[in-house]
Amino acid sequence: MHENAILRVVSKPLIILILLFALYVQFHGDFGPGGGFQAGVIFAAAIILYGLIFGLEECRKVVPAALVEVGCALGVLLYAGVGIVSLLLGANYLDYGALSAHDPSHGQHLGILLVEAGVGITVTSAMTMIFYMFAGRAG
Amino acid sequence: MTQHFPAIQVVLPLVSAPLCLLLRNVHLVHTFAVGVAWGCLFVSGSLLKEVLTSGVIKYELGGWAAPWGIEYRVDIANAYVLVIVSTIAAVVLPFGRGARDVTRVRGQEYLFYSAFLLCLTGLLGITITGDAFNVFVFLEISSLSAYTLVAMGQGRRALIAAYAYLVLGTIGGTFLLIGIGFMYEMTGTLNMEDLTARLPPVMGTRTIMVSFAFIVIGTSIKLAVFPLHQWLPNAYTYAPGMVSAFLSATATKVSYYVLVRVLFTLFGVAFVFDTLHLHYLLVPFSLAAMFVGSLAAIHQDDIKRLLAYSSVAQIGYMTLGLSTGTVAGLTGGLVHLFNHALMKGGLFLVVACVGFKVGCNRIDSYAGLGRRMPLTMAAFVVGGLSLIGVPATVGFVSKWYLIAAVLEQGWYLVAFLVLLSSLLAVVYVWRIVEIAYLKPPPEGREIQEAPLSMLLPTWALIGATIYFGFATDLTVGVARAAAEQLFGHGP
Repeated sequence: MHENAILRVVSKPLIILILLFALYVQFHGDFGPGGGFQAGVIFAAAIILYGLIFGLEECRKVVPAALVEVGCALGVLLYAGVGIVSLLLGANYLDYGALSAHDPSHGQHLGILLVEAGVGITVTSAMTMIFYMFAGRAG
Repeated sequence: MTQHFPAIQVVLPLVSAPLCLLLRNVHLVHTFAVGVAWGCLFVSGSLLKEVLTSGVIKYELGGWAAPWGIEYRVDIANAYVLVIVSTIAAVVLPFGRGARDVTRVRGQEYLFYSAFLLCLTGLLGITITGDAFNVFVFLEISSLSAYTLVAMGQGRRALIAAYAYLVLGTIGGTFLLIGIGFMYEMTGTLNMEDLTARLPPVMGTRTIMVSFAFIVIGTSIKLAVFPLHQWLPNAYTYAPGMVSAFLSATATKVSYYVLVRVLFTLFGVAFVFDTLHLHYLLVPFSLAAMFVGSLAAIHQDDIKRLLAYSSVAQIGYMTLGLSTGTVAGLTGGLVHLFNHALMKGGLFLVVACVGFKVGCNRIDSYAGLGRRMPLTMAAFVVGGLSLIGVPATVGFVSKWYLIAAVLEQGWYLVAFLVLLSSLLAVVYVWRIVEIAYLKPPPEGREIQEAPLSMLLPTWALIGATIYFGFATDLTVGVARAAAEQLFGHGP
């Protein structure tokens, strides 16, 4: 598809829009439909589209495989880490209310934001990893 | 901090799995994973102690109250299973050399430990949670990582075995999910305690009947109950040695726990055995498992496959105990759960020791090993005697309680068949003993004893089969208390 000028031209602005939409779904998730999982899939779709149009090598330069692997781990750690912080603050596991000293609802906002971010990072990384594995065969 | 132990039990391995991915260095990751497993054992041990002294522990995740929020609920039955799972993990993980030959690509061993800890997370999670949907979620976590672990075995056949395991395991998991979905449809709740209260009025409806069938068959696939055991022999045969030991001692045991929880806590003895007569189905299948499993084991050339078929037979003993529908039978089943975890885990570790030194799992290659690897083969003999059920081993203890429970029901023929199937175990254990001790070793190749780092975990499990053969008050006492609690809780 390297020679296909129309695809290359059209996909460039489209990828930006997809990434923006992913971010919208990500941050909209704590007070409406959406959330980390859906956002992660959309974000990964943008990366995969880039890989399909411009080739796997180019895609690996933008999103290195090592980064993807670390991302898988970091997302889970972020999620579980929020729970552990609330444990250390004396509340039950994943009790976000404890995250803010003055107002539990602030803590809940912060908690769900961080947890959804963790989900988003892991899902993006996992989807990208699966794409790299299948597209690269040897990788 | 102790009041948070139910959460820590699952969170500790869950957080450690991605950390393994970041640490990367083999030795670092190995030490770290062993530490985590021992930490889990400490947590589950304290949970069991607390449950025995001060009753059921409830833990509300996120601080949300039970019917809406997810609740971890620890009673004697699941504290007992938690201890079994974490003990096996703590003993098997230090068996580090087994991991060195697991991944085809050098420098990716950390992925193995990561998958192992995820599998542990899933198994502990299934056991501890009091939420039916959570059971499915953790089941998928443990299963997906188990497929990965099996696929890390040597040779291409490990991939095929893992794929078959994946297909059947996914069907089992999906059946469980469909069943849980139907229950939710009828009751509007997923909390198990809430379900026990809300199920009785709708118990007779077709939806609940179908849901019951889906759940029982789904867990039976995971448990490898006789006609649904096809995934098991290959998965255990081609998985890396320590993975076979870990999965055989934990994964099917946790599925057994799920089955017990569904039959006794959710649906209740009266519905399962008096209305549906499940024992008409379970008893013949259990007996068939004992005979088909043992007969198949006799005809194997590969020792891991032999042990795998023997597992099919041993699962038959456990489901037989359950299908009596009495406290005595369930006690027998739960005792055998623990005992079989010890002996089968130990035997698979013996095989891994031999595989490490000899490089082959064929029974022929055991010729003369009785002299070349005396300690390893002695462990095999003790484990084998326990499989048969010789007195002074744990195998005797569990068979004693199972046969007593069967006789209590007046099922004399069944008791006789249990004894008869033990004779089949004599045949397949003796085959190995005969080859190892009476055949001369092959010329030319000098084989030495397995290293201490592998012998210690092996003998820890095998030694425990003797220890618990005498000190039965811990296993039988806890199992009976668990069985009584499961009966008292049912509607």
